[in-house]
Amino acid sequence: MIKIDQKQLDRIREHGVRDYPYECCGLLLGRYGADGKVVTETYPISNAREESAKRNRFLIEPHELMRGERYALDKDLEVVGFYHSHPDSPAVPSQYDLEHAWPTYSYIIVSTTADAANDLFSWEQEPDRSRFNQEELQCQ
Amino acid sequence: MPVTISIPAPLRQFAAGQSQIVVEAKTAGEALDQLTSTHSALRRHLFNDQNVLRNFVNVYLNDEDIRHASGPATPVKDGDTIMIVPSIAGGAVIENEVGKSLPELSNEEIMRYSRHLIMPEVGMQGQRRLKAASVLMIGTGGLGAPLGMYLAAAGVGRIGIVDFDVVEESNLQRQIIHGTKDLGRRKIESARDRLRDINPHIEIETHESRLTSQNAMRLFRNYDIVVDGTDNFPTRYLVNDACVLSGKPNVYGSIFRFEGQASVFWAEKGACYRCLYPEPPPPGLVPSCAEGGVLGVLPGIVGAIQANETIKIILGAEDLLINRLLLFDAWTMKFREFKLRKDPKCPVCGEQPTIKELIDYEEFCGMAAHQTPQPESKLDEISATELNARRLRGERIQIVDVREPHEFEIARIPGTKLIPLGHVVSRMNEIDPEVETIVHCKGGVRSAKAIEALKRAGFQGRLINLKGGITAWSEDVDPRVAKY
Repeated sequence: MIKIDQKQLDRIREHGVRDYPYECCGLLLGRYGADGKVVTETYPISNAREESAKRNRFLIEPHELMRGERYALDKDLEVVGFYHSHPDSPAVPSQYDLEHAWPTYSYIIVSTTADAANDLFSWEQEPDRSRFNQEELQCQ
Repeated sequence: MPVTISIPAPLRQFAAGQSQIVVEAKTAGEALDQLTSTHSALRRHLFNDQNVLRNFVNVYLNDEDIRHASGPATPVKDGDTIMIVPSIAGGAVIENEVGKSLPELSNEEIMRYSRHLIMPEVGMQGQRRLKAASVLMIGTGGLGAPLGMYLAAAGVGRIGIVDFDVVEESNLQRQIIHGTKDLGRRKIESARDRLRDINPHIEIETHESRLTSQNAMRLFRNYDIVVDGTDNFPTRYLVNDACVLSGKPNVYGSIFRFEGQASVFWAEKGACYRCLYPEPPPPGLVPSCAEGGVLGVLPGIVGAIQANETIKIILGAEDLLINRLLLFDAWTMKFREFKLRKDPKCPVCGEQPTIKELIDYEEFCGMAAHQTPQPESKLDEISATELNARRLRGERIQIVDVREPHEFEIARIPGTKLIPLGHVVSRMNEIDPEVETIVHCKGGVRSAKAIEALKRAGFQGRLINLKGGITAWSEDVDPRVAKY
């Protein structure tokens, strides 16, 4: 289960619409708790490479992730997952997503169009890597 | 050397909750092996089925990506730290992967493919990839026969077959996809039935037509990989160009007598057929298998190599026959290999291509496909029936057979003189220039060449080519003469 407040969800949706028709992405910062993850902050990775992002499907490079982790550490938080948008596509992970994910992390996907963010779901990889399971998302 | 590995938060559940683990190792790869032998559940999140570090997993040795050093062989020192950091990929929205999740396997399929599934190089993932894949085979002849049968057996989900021929007796010596019961049937039907029998779990699509510049792009669009099993140059260039223009890999094979060639032409990754052979040979220079013969098992070997490479492409294997031309000699039983290089000046896959759409390949190769080349000067010809009539009338003519002695042993037209093509000029004095001479071979190509050679050598007598050679004689005059 992942808990996130409305303000953070709105920020993810706004980011998705702003970056349409490209994908947006960012980190979910918070804490791993006994009953799931709590997101207290989102950390947008601004897509400075929008043109190449069309081909380059790696949205967050390891050095960006490490920078985000350092930022989180300063605030006594951890990276608990990631968000990205699927412009004009359902908020469902692809086979490609599955092959490039780890369990435990939350993967929030928001489906976007030119003027709106639609479905938003959170996904968690099965520990044997076989599939993604939709994760309960609790808006606080 | 003791080195410390930091375990990323999401993977700690697979490492007994620890955030740092100390291991003894000499290289970064060894450190990871040590780590994952103690905590085996970690391994699948770091390495793929082929035992290679997953491409989104980055390993840093003291802040340096080991991919920029010596990879897993990067040496480690006492006190070094290793960090494992993912790159985050995303998006179902790009390219053609939308909705292309891999199909599941039924229990029957799992049983059928079990010898594949137990190898990590294939595994469930690889077998599902095979099921999701589509391959277009051009031709169901000598190469297409083993190719189609192995692809079907391997579980390639959708196989397209292009052919327009019917099964003939002389095919059966090597085209093992067809049987004696199929004589006279359309090859695509015979091949389809055989492939269905081998594997009912796959789809087979038949295209009964000659591959042409008009239909190639439309046909290729619906398949992931094209495999060339053709026997003539115009189609070979057509397959190559259409593959380059549509971005598909072209798995190539060719055979003649005892020698075979195989390669993978994939313009995005290496040389194409035109990089290797920019121009076709002059028409008639390279004999076809019908003229020169072919050892029946040879296409079996070369076609199986094509099937092997096709399956490897689907599985995402490395070490494909890209930029490599494999030569095989069945008589000396030797494999050789040549390195190929992409030609930056290649007219179709080079830096400034001049061929941007399909052309007329028969014109490009200076001939009509499946047609005999026309000699430069006009050639006198006679049909088998007419020749027979003249003989029956008792006309004074001589017949020269320019085939090889072993062919003469198979079948002959009575009352002929054998002078093989290679000796026809040196033994010219054995032909009486005062008498009209009919020259024949198996199908009419070599005899036309013999006439050309004799004329060039200054032979003065009248030379007439037997149209269709001894084959026509057998068909139209005397069926007791064996066809081969």
